[in-house]
Amino acid sequence: MRSKAIPRALWALCLAGLAAGEAQAGDLAAFFVVGNGIPEYLSGQPGDPERGREIAIRRNKGNCLACHKMPIPDAQYHGEVAPDLAGVGSRMPEAELRLRIVNPKIVNPDTMMPSFYRISGLHRVAKQFRGKTILTPQEVEDVVAYLKTLRDDTD
Amino acid sequence: MRRYWTGVPGVVAAVLLLAATTGAAQEGSAVYGDIMNDPRIKDHIVGDKHSGYVYATVATRDMQEDDFKNPAFTWVGLAEDLWGAAEGTAGKSCADCHGAVETLKGVSLGYPKYRDKTANMAALEHVINECRTERMGADAWKWESDQMLGMTAHVKLQSRGMPIDVAIDGPARPFFEKGREFYFQRRGQLDLSCNMCHLDNAGNMIRADLLSHGMGNGFPTYRLKWQKLGSLHRRFTGCNKNIRAEPFKRGSEEYTNLELFVMWRSNGLPSEAPSVRR
Repeated sequence: MRSKAIPRALWALCLAGLAAGEAQAGDLAAFFVVGNGIPEYLSGQPGDPERGREIAIRRNKGNCLACHKMPIPDAQYHGEVAPDLAGVGSRMPEAELRLRIVNPKIVNPDTMMPSFYRISGLHRVAKQFRGKTILTPQEVEDVVAYLKTLRDDTD
Repeated sequence: MRRYWTGVPGVVAAVLLLAATTGAAQEGSAVYGDIMNDPRIKDHIVGDKHSGYVYATVATRDMQEDDFKNPAFTWVGLAEDLWGAAEGTAGKSCADCHGAVETLKGVSLGYPKYRDKTANMAALEHVINECRTERMGADAWKWESDQMLGMTAHVKLQSRGMPIDVAIDGPARPFFEKGREFYFQRRGQLDLSCNMCHLDNAGNMIRADLLSHGMGNGFPTYRLKWQKLGSLHRRFTGCNKNIRAEPFKRGSEEYTNLELFVMWRSNGLPSEAPSVRR
């Protein structure tokens, strides 16, 4: 129903972190891409929407607000370079939300959006971030859990 | 990573972040609300090119327009003194060869410029240092030193209001191509290229910041955030760090080629150095 960029039959096993061996991040957790989504929890357990909201706001974490307008009225400054995330939980199934955070380039290679759980295929990453993902698996799940609450079809 | 969420460091970080967010927010909407209604911006738009002036606040523009209010003139004053000061083993000053600084009117508009001697591009800083080391027998200035910033501002001031005019043909071409390649190359943990913000999203807000068109005609600029005059290469460094990319050295060939590309984009815009920016 959404992007047809990835054939539904394609199963991609992503073991991107094998080469890096950076202490803090270590190897990436393996995940399966099914169609346009990642159906399973990255961390093996569901996220906490409250924490996800905080991560979305924090500049040194998700910083989703840098680019996206979001239904967070207490944060005054919202970006204008990416789609409004109000109602995104109604528009996109959980698996797709997860893939969009992990690596949105899988569905849209030209997107400006960073891949929040990826360490390979990047150019000149600053030393202190090399081999590290922007978010941890649990933080990805927290953001997914938060985005799932952004529904516009409930009232 | 999760350490952030517990303990004293986490609380301190959260409080600092909150303070920073609130500050930016208060500065915000009122400041950007009327920037496009200021009739002065018309002199800073040429065709589809927008000088950083167009994305500056009205208060920042006021500061730039008045040489007595523009803090960059502290550095220009320093350079005025340096212009006449004999230095080095040759015992020469800038004035001994160049005469009055006014003789350099228009000269800065063509930089970076290709030079046979070094077979690469030279920014204004490079030729100033060449004067110092080769003709004066003096030490080179550091790229971001007060002396260098002041002297580039002093020289560029002679061309204020004149259109930027860098050449990218002939031997400059391959360096221009390298600069362009840099500009469109994704980099850093955030995997962004210059064009994504400054070409495709100029005029859009990225959180509390208004994205500029990424022009170089105002540099060196007195940046309020820095509380100091700063070079274009310093700005490149800041941009690279923001996207968590490893920066290059100021004065490096990579940044000089990028400067060529950025100045080519700025061709036709009035030279505003030393400007004032956020």
